[in-house]
Amino acid sequence: MAVNDTLEGTRKIVEEAEEQRPNLHPLAPTVNDFNQELTTLNLGPTHPATHGIFQNILQMDGERIVSGVPTIGYIHRAFEKIAERRPFYQITPLTDRMNYCSSPINNMGWHMTVEKLLGVTVPKRAQYMRVILMELARITDHLICNGILGVDTGAFTGFLYLMDEREKVYEIYEEVSGARLTTNMGRVGGMERDFTPVAIQKLRAWLKSFPAVMREFEKMFNRNRIFMDRVVDVGGISAERALNYGFTGPNLRAAGVDYDVRVMNPYSSYQDFDFEIPVGTKGDTYDRFMVRNEEIWQSLRIIEQALENLPEGPYHADAPHFYLPPKQAVYKNMEALIYHFKIIMGEIDAPVGEVYHSVEGGNGELGFYLVSDGGRTPYRLHFRRPCFIYYQAYTEMVVGQTLSDAIVTLSSMNVIAGELDA
Amino acid sequence: MADPTVESPDAQETAAELDPAAQKNKQLLDLLYRLFGQDAFTDVEEPYGFLTVTTARERIHDIIAGLQQDQELQLNFLTTMCGMHWPERKDQELGMVYMLHSLVHNIRLRLKIFFPIGDPHVPTMTDLYSTANWMEREAFDFFGIIAVGHPNLIRILNVEDMDYHPMRKQYALEDGTREDKTDLFFGR
Repeated sequence: MAVNDTLEGTRKIVEEAEEQRPNLHPLAPTVNDFNQELTTLNLGPTHPATHGIFQNILQMDGERIVSGVPTIGYIHRAFEKIAERRPFYQITPLTDRMNYCSSPINNMGWHMTVEKLLGVTVPKRAQYMRVILMELARITDHLICNGILGVDTGAFTGFLYLMDEREKVYEIYEEVSGARLTTNMGRVGGMERDFTPVAIQKLRAWLKSFPAVMREFEKMFNRNRIFMDRVVDVGGISAERALNYGFTGPNLRAAGVDYDVRVMNPYSSYQDFDFEIPVGTKGDTYDRFMVRNEEIWQSLRIIEQALENLPEGPYHADAPHFYLPPKQAVYKNMEALIYHFKIIMGEIDAPVGEVYHSVEGGNGELGFYLVSDGGRTPYRLHFRRPCFIYYQAYTEMVVGQTLSDAIVTLSSMNVIAGELDA
Repeated sequence: MADPTVESPDAQETAAELDPAAQKNKQLLDLLYRLFGQDAFTDVEEPYGFLTVTTARERIHDIIAGLQQDQELQLNFLTTMCGMHWPERKDQELGMVYMLHSLVHNIRLRLKIFFPIGDPHVPTMTDLYSTANWMEREAFDFFGIIAVGHPNLIRILNVEDMDYHPMRKQYALEDGTREDKTDLFFGR
């Protein structure tokens, strides 16, 4: 019998090889390669497991990752440059295409930035409507992330069930704005139209049916032995490192820091609602998964409160210089025609100033830094994109882990290529 | 008898004291002056409640490092940084904006530095914040701002063989030779 045919024999080979590894990375306890030659592995740019177009050139020692070099920018579309030539209302579709899993949050964040610059106060009803849409977007964002995490660990069923629910949310978007994925929702100064009765009806029906599906999903995953073995202690990051890397959102909260823009700097009447901020302890993949699950429940609470207390009143601010008049009025009313023309042709100048506004996006603090020199377009617009900022920690998080762990870490971080590259 | 419609300077000061955001900004500004001296900062503004100061690029690294270590206000979270280009400002064409945030006290600070386009060098912040790595690469990619001491200063979003820095204002978004579209109605 050869020595490596028995468990004992294999163990002996492993121990001998471990002693013989002189200059390897300390976190790479592998023995697969006896000559200590590293393999270069191109993960991406197009790979089904990376859920987006970005490349990682990994140095592998057997199954372990020794180092990695991420390459990004494959879908860079120069949004910051394009925005310097567009009037404010034409920048909204650009924000759609950043984090396309939660585009309403991006839209509303951008509108609020411009409103802050213009000094427009949005009526309470529009603020509550925005909260409902933003929380729906957060839920769809987290559903995608957690569903995909399930797929990457080998459980496709949960993903299918959740996509069914996301479809229903997209139908609500469709009823509210006419679009589904890239929503271009809302306007500077409020919403473009009120919620239709059908939209309210669909929302109520979904609020009733969704919790059962979510409970089923949690039952399938949360204490599932196979799932937990794949994700617990995988891709962890300490709170200190996470802060140094500029983490925000669920990924930071999974590491144990309770920073949430909705609580720290409430916008759009978030101070009116009662909700909790879930935090994790270790910052590993399991914590990120659990934090997102709990945030879905909290978002549901917010939506229910907002829908229950939805105030009556106008759904947009009285800002004729920036809010398009209703189309019927344009045909009958001279002032409406003039404003319509001036807004569309971009003849109305914004005040000079610089404004930073941030909202809690699906992935963290989504900031808009807008510098206006008084023209019709921004002089400079910088997007603080949470994905771009925290994805640089990825290499540090996966070094020493196996390739399959790197895949689940990537999908639990919810790196969205559109937001990464802008 | 004072005119009741005109607010006295005292009344304005009390209003500023009552506003928590303004009070925090004042506290932060006091701290900045105490730690780094009043002459380190010019152009102190508060646009939309966001304390904004301009400083010199020779001091910026010390200031950000000092604020990171400071235990009183704990501005130790680098929210974002970005480049800027103002072609008409002589010898101050390029700029760099740093935004710091204290997650404990919820105070934000925006620091700006300006420098000539012929000498676009700034000190790197990667030794203080790991997150500065890609932000500085982005500023290099789009504005050609060179972070001195950066471990790997190469382009990040654009292709590597690009030979210009596209966010500078001299690069118009559309083809400048076209004559069928005037700029009179459509854009800058």
